[in-house]
Amino acid sequence: MGEEVLRVENLHVSVDGVEIIKGLNLVINKGEVHAIMGRNGAGKSTLANAIMGHPAYEISAGTIHYLGRPLEDLQVFERARAGMFLSFQYPVVIPGVQVGTFLRKSVKAVRGDDSPSPRQFRVELKETMSLLDMDPSFLGRYVNDGFSGGEKKRLEILQMLLLQPKLALLDETDSGLDIDALKVIADGINSVTNAAGCLVITHYQRLLDHVKPDFVHVMIDGVIVKTGGPGLAGQLEEKGYEWLDSVV
Amino acid sequence: MAKDSAQNVIEDYRFGFHDPETATIRFDSGLSEKVVRDISELKNEPEWMTEIRIKAFHRFEQMPMPKWGSDILETIDFDSIVYFLRSSEKTETNWDDVPEDIKNTFDRLGIPEAEQKWLGGVTAQYESEAVYHSIREDLESQGVIFLDMDSGLKQYPEIVKKYFCSVVPYSDNKFAALNTAVWSGGSFLYIPKGVHVEMPVQAYFRINAKNMGQFERTLIIADEGAKINYVEGCTAPTYSTDSLHSAVVELIALEGSTIRYSTIQNWSANVYNLVTKRGVAHANSTIEWVDGNIGSKLTMKYPAILLRGEGAHAEVISVAYAGKGQHQDTGAKVHHLAPNTTSNILSKSISKHGGRSSYRGMLQVTPKADNCRSKIVCDALILDADSRSDTYPTMEIGNSSADIEHEASVSKASGDQLFYLMSRGHSETEAMGLIVNGFFEPFTRELPMEYAVELNRLLELEMEGSIG
Repeated sequence: MGEEVLRVENLHVSVDGVEIIKGLNLVINKGEVHAIMGRNGAGKSTLANAIMGHPAYEISAGTIHYLGRPLEDLQVFERARAGMFLSFQYPVVIPGVQVGTFLRKSVKAVRGDDSPSPRQFRVELKETMSLLDMDPSFLGRYVNDGFSGGEKKRLEILQMLLLQPKLALLDETDSGLDIDALKVIADGINSVTNAAGCLVITHYQRLLDHVKPDFVHVMIDGVIVKTGGPGLAGQLEEKGYEWLDSVV
Repeated sequence: MAKDSAQNVIEDYRFGFHDPETATIRFDSGLSEKVVRDISELKNEPEWMTEIRIKAFHRFEQMPMPKWGSDILETIDFDSIVYFLRSSEKTETNWDDVPEDIKNTFDRLGIPEAEQKWLGGVTAQYESEAVYHSIREDLESQGVIFLDMDSGLKQYPEIVKKYFCSVVPYSDNKFAALNTAVWSGGSFLYIPKGVHVEMPVQAYFRINAKNMGQFERTLIIADEGAKINYVEGCTAPTYSTDSLHSAVVELIALEGSTIRYSTIQNWSANVYNLVTKRGVAHANSTIEWVDGNIGSKLTMKYPAILLRGEGAHAEVISVAYAGKGQHQDTGAKVHHLAPNTTSNILSKSISKHGGRSSYRGMLQVTPKADNCRSKIVCDALILDADSRSDTYPTMEIGNSSADIEHEASVSKASGDQLFYLMSRGHSETEAMGLIVNGFFEPFTRELPMEYAVELNRLLELEMEGSIG
């Protein structure tokens, strides 16, 4: 397998003084897709936000290394510029900021000196949007303002493709999508998996029918209780999580 | 920590430079009837103007300071202000003839360049008077008159006499009285019947000297069916002592005409900016105030529209940014005096670093004004816990057929917005800049593109060094 992208060791994360993640270990290499499944409240989103550096998520113990270096001293925007990307479960509305402007500025911020020229950028943008079946009129709308659930998720994936991350954290990217949208978004995700390590957080197996995970982890009460291959997702779909509760 | 960052903001003010003072005439500081008479005599004005000035001066002396608004008002020292300063003997029509220091200033402010690219006419005022003035020949040949106000009075005394103080009487408020007493410079603009001026015309006001008082007076008359887009900008050097800017603007929109008046006020943080702006809209005409207040120590300004003719429309779109040590007390006043008149007011304000922004609004519908419609939206964004935003709306609705909507919101920049933007590679400062620009977007999209870009840049600069 490829080089190590993410190493999480004995991670403990608290929010408002309540410990949510209680000693989690995870290693993701380049080219690997890891799925994390679990019930609501298991700590899946907390893990993604903590890795990205959300200030409300306090790391009380353990370490996170990204491309071999510790993350603790990197601010959120520095993590993004270093190639980390989080697709939000609930993308945030930024009133008055046009999608086109936002994408252009974000690409410039993240890709820095390797940013495409304005002309190249327009071409890249047009191609990527067509891959995701997005109408050019998106660009004139305000970021996530009045977007349907599916539109928000498409915009997240569009950003991911344009920002070309080395680590993609996808938090419930499949929620609220109909089957056509799910396929489009899965295609989008599949187009980055060769160059990146991917962490796909989901409730359901259905996204994993389209994005093939190399590993499936089951998270219960802040720890990974079981790790398996793609087949594990199917088992969870069939049997639910109860049979694993005894493992905790 | 907070203090250091605030200092950065002040140092970031790009227009804070000053040139050596090159006055050809400079009055001693302080105000008296003699000063008022001297200004009028120096300008060789008709008797009636001198008389109005004197009456206005006495009125100014009698009137108390407004008790509302801001405590900062009480700190104005009228005796320390210089009420007249002439820096150039005449108003030139060619930039090369403008004294070099002054020309350099306007070069740095980008005025000659903007003029070449996209303006229909320019007046550049430096201290008390216009130093440069021009209008495109095609506009002149259509009968458009665009002059500085002093020249307007000389060349068109009958028009000035008819309209001067007709919209803003000198007794209207203390600062209107002051302006009427010592006014100098400003724009005089007349657009003949049916003429549409598509390119904006611009006036730029620059204070350079310390303790300067700038009192320009602007009069715009759009004749029937005419259309004009007037833009003004203003800056001043950063001094440790205060300057005073107190203008009066009167607009007259005759039947079926449209006047749009856009302002980007970016005075340095040592300028008191106390301005009376009012327009009269006759039947089926439109007056639009597009008013941006970024700078100054204290601004008190409430662009007003009297909807006097049936079917007239009023539009006031304003933004205010109050940073450290700033109070932006702004708003809008609309008086529905005739049936079927309509108005829209959109006010957006941002407070940061202990700054205070206030919206003060007045909406009046008189009993005979049937079927009026008005929509008022006030949004405030507060960027930190030290800052303040207030709303003081007043409504006098005397006709039950009126359809009035009023929405107000106060929001804080959310941690979720910052995290989202930062996760896309934007530093905290850049993220704040995006949020602020987005918040002001309904305003900036109304500006000519060049101004919109400039305003966004200004706001981004304001965000720098301001977080921590």
